[in-house]
Amino acid sequence: MSHDEYQTYRAKILTPSFVVLLVLTLIGFTLIAVRFIKGIGAVSNMNDGYPWGIWITYDVATGTAIACGGYAMAILIYIRNRMHYHPMIRSAILTSMFGYGLAGFSVMVDVGRPWNAYNFFIPSKWQANSAMFEVAVCVMAYTTVLLLEFLPTVLTALEKTQWRTLQLLLDMLYSRMGMERPERIGDRLDKVKDLAAWLKPRLDKVLIFIIVLGITLPTMHQSSLGSLLLIASTKLHPLWYTGFLPLLFLINCMYIGYSIAILESVISCYAFKRPFETRELSGIARIIPWLTVIWLSVVIGDLAWRGQLGAAVSFDFYSRFFLLEFCLVAGGSLLMFSGKKRESIRWLFVSAALIVLGGALYRFNVYLIGFNPGKGWHYFPALAELLITVGIVAFEILGYQVIVKILPVLPKLHTRQQLDAGDVTADKA
Amino acid sequence: MGKPSRRQFLKLIGATGAALVVGRGSASATEEHQVNNDTLGMLYDATKCVGCKACMSACKRVNSDFGSLSYEQAPFDSDGLWDAPEDLSGSTRTLIKLFKESEKEWSYVKYSCMHCQKPSCVSVCPVSAMTRDKMTGIVDYNKNTCIGCRYCQVACAFNIPKFQWEKAIPQIVKCDLCKNTNMVKKGITACAETCPTGAIMFGKRKDLLEEAKKRLAENPGRYVNHIYGEKELGGTNHLYLSAMPFKKLGLPVLKHEAPAEFSEKIQHTIYKGFIAPVALYSTLCFIAVKNKKKERADDVEEQDKSGSERKKAETEHGEDVE
Repeated sequence: MSHDEYQTYRAKILTPSFVVLLVLTLIGFTLIAVRFIKGIGAVSNMNDGYPWGIWITYDVATGTAIACGGYAMAILIYIRNRMHYHPMIRSAILTSMFGYGLAGFSVMVDVGRPWNAYNFFIPSKWQANSAMFEVAVCVMAYTTVLLLEFLPTVLTALEKTQWRTLQLLLDMLYSRMGMERPERIGDRLDKVKDLAAWLKPRLDKVLIFIIVLGITLPTMHQSSLGSLLLIASTKLHPLWYTGFLPLLFLINCMYIGYSIAILESVISCYAFKRPFETRELSGIARIIPWLTVIWLSVVIGDLAWRGQLGAAVSFDFYSRFFLLEFCLVAGGSLLMFSGKKRESIRWLFVSAALIVLGGALYRFNVYLIGFNPGKGWHYFPALAELLITVGIVAFEILGYQVIVKILPVLPKLHTRQQLDAGDVTADKA
Repeated sequence: MGKPSRRQFLKLIGATGAALVVGRGSASATEEHQVNNDTLGMLYDATKCVGCKACMSACKRVNSDFGSLSYEQAPFDSDGLWDAPEDLSGSTRTLIKLFKESEKEWSYVKYSCMHCQKPSCVSVCPVSAMTRDKMTGIVDYNKNTCIGCRYCQVACAFNIPKFQWEKAIPQIVKCDLCKNTNMVKKGITACAETCPTGAIMFGKRKDLLEEAKKRLAENPGRYVNHIYGEKELGGTNHLYLSAMPFKKLGLPVLKHEAPAEFSEKIQHTIYKGFIAPVALYSTLCFIAVKNKKKERADDVEEQDKSGSERKKAETEHGEDVE
C-alpha cells in the first residue's frame, strides 16, 4: 500500500464551475445565518406534524448513504482483499469525509438547541434506548475516523511540499510592509515537514485498525438510521414500516456506496479529462446486483409476510412512490447483470445512477413521503430551506474540486492502457 | 486469492443474522413492562365538558412564566388580550376543541399530554431531556438538556410535543401536570382545579379507572363503552370518556403494545452488552490484518520477478475481479 499510487491533479483552481459553486455556497450559508437569527420557522416549512424536513431526510439520512463510498470501498479492499482497487480509495474517502462532515453540520443547523449538544459526552445523559443517540455518537466517531484515514494524504503532501505558494505569499506580504523576512519562518516550515515525515510511518502502522473501525461504525449507524423510524409505527406507511428497517438501511447504504463510487469515478474522470477506470468499475458493478437482489428479496418477502403486497400494487399515492423506488433499483440491477453492459462506461453510469436514485428515494419514502402524522398536516420544503441544502451540497463539491487539485487524491495513471489514453488526452489539451 | 476471506465474510454475516433472529425471540420474553396504577393522571369526561375553555386559560396563566411560554397573539390583537389557538403549539399545552357532526350530535374534546406508561418520547430522546418520573408517572421535559432534535415529535403517536418554530432560542412545550407550578402550591393541576363542571378529574390512575368504570356502569347509554387510554399504547395516565367514537374526536385507534417496546427490543438485541459491535470489529480486524500480511508477502515475491512476469501477474489479478 504505497503512497505513490496517487497523484495531485494539476489544474487551475479558479474555474467557472468554482465560481458557480461558490455563489451557491454563499447563498446557502447566508440563509443559515438567517436561521440562527430568526429561528427555524423563518427559513423552513417544517411544522409540528413534520418535525423532520428536507435537512434530515436529504442531508443526513440520504447524504450519509451517498457518502458511503468510502465504507463500501474499504470493505471491498481490506476485507474482501481486492488490493487492486486501492488506488480508488482516497477519492472515495474524501467524498465520504465531506458527506459525513457536512451531515453533522446540517444536524447542527437543524436542531433547535445545538449549544446543548455537549450532553452527548456526559454519561449520565446517555440514553442507550434511543437510536438517535447511537447515530449521533457513531457519526461523530466516524467523521473523526475519516479525518484520520485522510491524514496520510495530507502528510504525504506536507512531506514533499516546497511551500512555494506560501513562500511567494510571505515574500509579497513582507515586501509590501517593507520588512526583511525573518529566517525563523523557514525553520518553522521545515519543522512541520519533519513532523509530517515522523508521523506518517507511525500512522501507517496503526492505520489498518482505524480503517476497520471505519467499516464497523457505518455498519452500526447506517442500520440505526433505519431504526430511527421504528418508533413511528402509527405514522409511517405500512409499505415501509417493518422490523427489518435496520437491515434494509444497511444493505441500501452498501449498494448506494458502490454505485456512488462508480458515479464519482466516471464524473471526475470526465470532468478532469482523465481516462476512465473501466476495468475497476465493471468489477465493482459485478457486486452491486447481488446486494440489490438480497435487498429486493427482503423487501418483497417482508411485504408478503405482512400481507401488504396488495397495497404495494394498488397504485395509490404511496404505492406509486414505492413502485418507482422498486423499479429504479431493480432496473439498474438488471442492467448491471449483463456482462456486456458492464464493459461500457455509458451503461455503467446509467445503471449506477438508477440505483443511487432508487436507493435515495427509498430513504425519502421512509423519512418523508411515507410519513403521515395525521389529518391536516402538510409539508413541502420552502425555497430557503432547499437553498440551504443546495448550498451545503455545493460546498461539498467545491471542496472536492479544490482538494484533488492540491493533494494527491486521484489514482495515478500507471497501467499501460491508461498511460496511452492519458497521452491522447494530454495531446488534446 | 481472496476466496477464504470471502467465505469468512459470508459466514460472519450469516452468524450475525442468526444471532439477531435468536436474540429477538429471547428478548421478547424478558422485557415486559408493568403498568403502575399508583401514578398520577387525569380523567376527562367529554359528556360533562361545556367547552368554556377555563382550563386553557388557567393553564396559560399558571404556566406562562415557566418554560418561556408566551401568550399567542392574533395579528389583529397587538395587546395580546385575545387568545384562541387552533391547535396545541409552542405556547399552548392544553386545548379544547369542538367536534360537530350534526346539530344534535357533537362533543368537546380536550387535548394535552397523555403521560403514557411507556412513553415513546422518553424512549427516543438521545440526551434524556424527556423523562418519566417513576413515582408520579409525570412525563417531563428539561429544556436545559434538550438539543432540539424533535425526535420526540416524530415518536409521539398523539402529536403532543410542540416546538417553538418562530423563536431563535426554541424549546419543546408540553403538559407536565403543572409539576413545577400548580402542583407544588395546591397539589392539583390548574385545569382540573378550574373546571367548573367537573369534566376533568385529577388523581391516581387506579382511582380514575375505578371512577370511569363506575360511570360506564351507571350510565350505559350515555357513553361509548370504552375508556380511552386504559390499554392504548400500553396504557396512558390521561384517560377519556366520551359519547362519540374517540376516533372522531381526533384520538387515533391504537394498538395495546407501546411502540417503544418494539423499537427498544430491536435496539437492545443488536447492542446487547455491546457484544455484536465488538465481535464485528475484532473479526474484521483479524481478516484485514491477515490480508495485509498476504499483500506484503506478495509484494516481496513480485519484486523478485522480472518486468514481463509482473505484467502477466497483473492481468491474472485483473481476471480475479469477483
